Amino acid sequence: MIRLEKRPQPSQAWTAGSPLLAVLLTMIVGGLLFAFLGADPFETIRTIFWDPIFGEFAFYYRGQLLVKAGPLILIAIGLSIGFKAGVWNIGAEGQYIMGAICGAGAGLALYPSESVLIFPVMVIAGALGGWLWAMIPAVLKTRFGTNEILVSLMLVYVAQNILISVSTGLLRNPDGMGFPGSRNFKQWDAAHNAELIAGTGMHWGVVAAFIAVIGAYVLMSRHITGFNIRLTGEAPRAARFAGVNPARIVFFCLGLAGLLAGVAGLFEVTGPAGQISGAFNAGYGFTAIIVAFLGRLHPIGILLAGLLMALTYIGGEAAQTTMQLPGAAIQLFQGMLLFFLLATDVFTNFRLRFGTKGVA
Amino acid sequence: MDTPLLSISGLTKAYPGVVANDDVSFDIKPGEIHALLGENGAGKSTLVKMIYGLVTPDKGEMRMNGAPFAPGKPSEARQSGVAMVFQHFSLFDALDVAENVALGMENPPPMRDLARQIREVSETYGLPLDPSRTVGTLSAGERQRVEIIRCLLQDPRLLIMDEPTSVLTPQEVDILFQTLNKLRSEGTSILYISHKLEEIRALCDHATVLRLGKNVGTCTPSQRTAREMAEMMVGNSFAAPEARAKALGEILLSVKGLTLPAPGSFGTPLRGISFDVRAGEVLGLGGVAGNGQDELLAAISGERLSDGGSITLKGEDVSRKGPTERREAGLLSGPEERLGHAAAPDMSLIENGVLTAARRMGLLSNGFIGWGKARSFAEEVIERFDVRTPGPGTAARALSGGNLQKFVVGREIVQAPDVLIVNQPTWGVDAAAAAFIRQSILDLAAKGSAVVVISQDLDELMEVSDRFGALNEGRLSQIRDVAGLDIEQIGLMMGGASDMEVAHGAA
Amino acid sequence: MDLSSINPVLLIASLMVSATPILLAAIGEMVVEKSGVLNLGVEGMMITGAVVGFAIAVNTGSPGWGFVAAALAGAALSLAFGVLTQFLLSNQVATGLGLTLVGLGLSSLIGKPYEGLKTPTLPKAEIPLLSDLPVFGKMLFSHDIMVYVSLILVAAVWAFLKYTRAGLILRAVGESHDSAHALGYKVTRIRMAAILFGGACAGLGGAYLSLVRVPQWTEGMTAGAGWIALAIVVFASWRAGRVLVGAYLFGGVTVLQLNLQAAGADVPVALLSASPYLITIIVLVIISARGAHAAPASLGRSFHASH
Repeated sequence: MIRLEKRPQPSQAWTAGSPLLAVLLTMIVGGLLFAFLGADPFETIRTIFWDPIFGEFAFYYRGQLLVKAGPLILIAIGLSIGFKAGVWNIGAEGQYIMGAICGAGAGLALYPSESVLIFPVMVIAGALGGWLWAMIPAVLKTRFGTNEILVSLMLVYVAQNILISVSTGLLRNPDGMGFPGSRNFKQWDAAHNAELIAGTGMHWGVVAAFIAVIGAYVLMSRHITGFNIRLTGEAPRAARFAGVNPARIVFFCLGLAGLLAGVAGLFEVTGPAGQISGAFNAGYGFTAIIVAFLGRLHPIGILLAGLLMALTYIGGEAAQTTMQLPGAAIQLFQGMLLFFLLATDVFTNFRLRFGTKGVA
Repeated sequence: MDTPLLSISGLTKAYPGVVANDDVSFDIKPGEIHALLGENGAGKSTLVKMIYGLVTPDKGEMRMNGAPFAPGKPSEARQSGVAMVFQHFSLFDALDVAENVALGMENPPPMRDLARQIREVSETYGLPLDPSRTVGTLSAGERQRVEIIRCLLQDPRLLIMDEPTSVLTPQEVDILFQTLNKLRSEGTSILYISHKLEEIRALCDHATVLRLGKNVGTCTPSQRTAREMAEMMVGNSFAAPEARAKALGEILLSVKGLTLPAPGSFGTPLRGISFDVRAGEVLGLGGVAGNGQDELLAAISGERLSDGGSITLKGEDVSRKGPTERREAGLLSGPEERLGHAAAPDMSLIENGVLTAARRMGLLSNGFIGWGKARSFAEEVIERFDVRTPGPGTAARALSGGNLQKFVVGREIVQAPDVLIVNQPTWGVDAAAAAFIRQSILDLAAKGSAVVVISQDLDELMEVSDRFGALNEGRLSQIRDVAGLDIEQIGLMMGGASDMEVAHGAA
Repeated sequence: MDLSSINPVLLIASLMVSATPILLAAIGEMVVEKSGVLNLGVEGMMITGAVVGFAIAVNTGSPGWGFVAAALAGAALSLAFGVLTQFLLSNQVATGLGLTLVGLGLSSLIGKPYEGLKTPTLPKAEIPLLSDLPVFGKMLFSHDIMVYVSLILVAAVWAFLKYTRAGLILRAVGESHDSAHALGYKVTRIRMAAILFGGACAGLGGAYLSLVRVPQWTEGMTAGAGWIALAIVVFASWRAGRVLVGAYLFGGVTVLQLNLQAAGADVPVALLSASPYLITIIVLVIISARGAHAAPASLGRSFHASH
């Protein structure tokens, strides 16, 4: 019989090792899945994980890597800080949409000004949009004790409806001959979040993501606020004993996550996406949850996990075109990764014992 | 002689790193009350869990009436006539009395019959209880009755009681002893676990003493002095706290008419609590668990805010200030629950030091934590309080209960508070460490701090306190000098009987 | 706009149909939560049930087998959740979210070949005599069998929790796993059973969407129904009867807003489409503001038997 025995303290080796083991297990099980779908498992794994970086068309894919990783990292950093505190904001997708709408709206209201202030104003409006959308669950949780998981998630559906509504109404391109969707920011220099270094995929959102990683690292490891956030998540009563105000933590965590998701949305709509449209959101807000966990809620881990997850997106697209693999397989692949991570995580706090001793 | 009801021979059970029971043997005869005596951590609980089928022994055997007895699970033990009254963890707050009783029975009758049976048994044994009450609303003594009745309904041959008096007032203890004597006279055997020597001398026919998992002897308690049994239990003598020097200063902490509603559906409201503590003084607050101890500590530490003017620290009203500000002003506290309240289990001792000492010990600059200073602080606590740990980077949960207790009490004392309030400072701590913690409290007071010690251990309170008061249903009794108090008066104070006028007067 | 085009008899009849998927999922989740486990993967189990039920019904030509397969698929997913949370002690919130993400991916993978296909659906099981009643016959007694199954399930869960010993033990485990363990109850085993039941119910709910309510397979077709089921459990304060009320209220809102859209009501379409979610939020706020929490005390906490 196999038993779990609690370790006296968390294992450092497993904290770092379990994501790697999870990736390995996902590759194995994913390979079996692809084999089941009639694809050569080794070739598929290579197409997804190797070719985008080192293959023939890597010059194109490498740029895409940062484009995809930027928003994922930005959102996941915000989510991870909340998750650390036990604040389960899973509505980042909605905050991302609202950031994009508010930022784009603020810009479009000033169209066609070419002022250099346009883009900063849009960034601030995007941050505010995401922040405000996240304040709804924060206020309801602190004021009424309403579950933030359900509220933030419900607000995703509301945001999607607003997105559809504005892209066919308020923000529709007046010169667009009646087609849904806003003006294209790529054709408006003052508002365009262009590539900073050609061919790298580096845009302002990626810069913001790197800043967020560093900021979060300092906050969580050095600052008393970060300490209080961790304390609240690990031992809420001890946090109150220490003098932490739980409501302030909820506001801070949801607010920060909303803000980061909001700017991620703004950078996306003014850059890679180009315009507000009904199909603007691509699920980054949900994938970022996986990124946050895969990165062990640690800023550096999230940076790596974001890049890995971006790779599966790009590799998945490549596998779709070159190997006719269904796109949903990648989604499943990402979900599996999270599951294996959660499964291997147990070894951080427990060790396996073999034997018949003990009780159920 | 008769065949023993339960014969235990050579029982051994080891956990990683510790042998909980090592070759333990003794017999329990029919119709006797047999004491199992030992300090915390001596292996009493493990032994009992083996008898009750919760833990399987590594070695050794048990015989029930001569037949082999090896319960694989509690229901098998119950079928063999073993019943157990737990110290903690066996009641369900949100369920009613009858449902709780049914859950502890093998084949409970339909609910309506069960309610009738509960009433019958509770009358027979003088344990009044309403089967339809929700357990969460019962007092500690009433909750224990639920457990006892649950056992009695199964006509047990062996009743195991784990520290039954720790939650009772002296008067309630008398009632319990009458019940147990009645059971004995009906032929039921009782295995009575305790570390309270006088109780055992008064009640038990035989006693088996465990020390560090080993059986160190069986005796007849009525023929031994408490001192002899204590020496068997502890193995060696330990230093008693020094006598204290009396030089009372000004009032440092003043609580006036402190009233707070219950924090949750199962908490206790505070009702007009008033007291003063002076520099150099230790105020002991006794009372049965669940009579407002946690709530009082939370109100004074600042976890819950009270009405303006109700708590004054060194002449300044701090009632509306949170824990951080109170700490800065010199009021520190140590809650009862070590893991999860006083300390975060998965955080290191360094981090747990920051938890209360961040501002007072200057570990912060501009909100950034100086981890080097934090480490030195944790190391100082570890050294001064002899905390046994591989290092300050160890997670709090990795420490034994006693060592963590030394750390969390030490953490506050090292910060040299003007006022310290602690709840159950030596709960679950071995005798030597308990003596050390008590001495530290006395030393702190001797240096001019005011200390409030909340405890359920009356011996402890008598040892450290200058004055004594008792909490009952959220009210505080009159406070009296410890010198000249006898157990009878203390019992009345804890029961809340004699001091109702005083409590109301203060409210 | 023409409100007279909304027929109250049809409204209530379609309300029952529209509420059934959520009712099935919610009653299952309520049992899970009563045992002290929070499974946030309802959405994932529902959508997997929807696609598996659809695929099996199309391939076998029998919606009955579709429902059976959907229940098994939901239970299989919940088994993964159970192993992770009960044996490997993973965080229930994270694992539940993961389950939803896995379910969404898995379902669209399985469902690709079935998009746009038609499925055999359940026939109306008109209850003899009762279905001939004027007005009420058509409104209440002329539904397909699953509508009645869901109602029977609610009654069965209610009676199970209130009157049976197994139900009492389940509640006890959810209240305090430590106490239950001390009394010798197999906490993990009981919770696994509850989790599997919840998974099967979510699967059935999903299949009802794809086989009866819509009836078609489209990617992401649950559109938050699983989350709403979770909200309804909170709304119901963990009581079976109120789960029924909650699900039917919600079904009512959904049907009404669709009817209003069809009738061309003078309200923005976005607001109408978002109304089920907004109303869920409002209801959650009202419930939590009232402060009457009846949540099982051990809800969401991992149990590891230590000595």
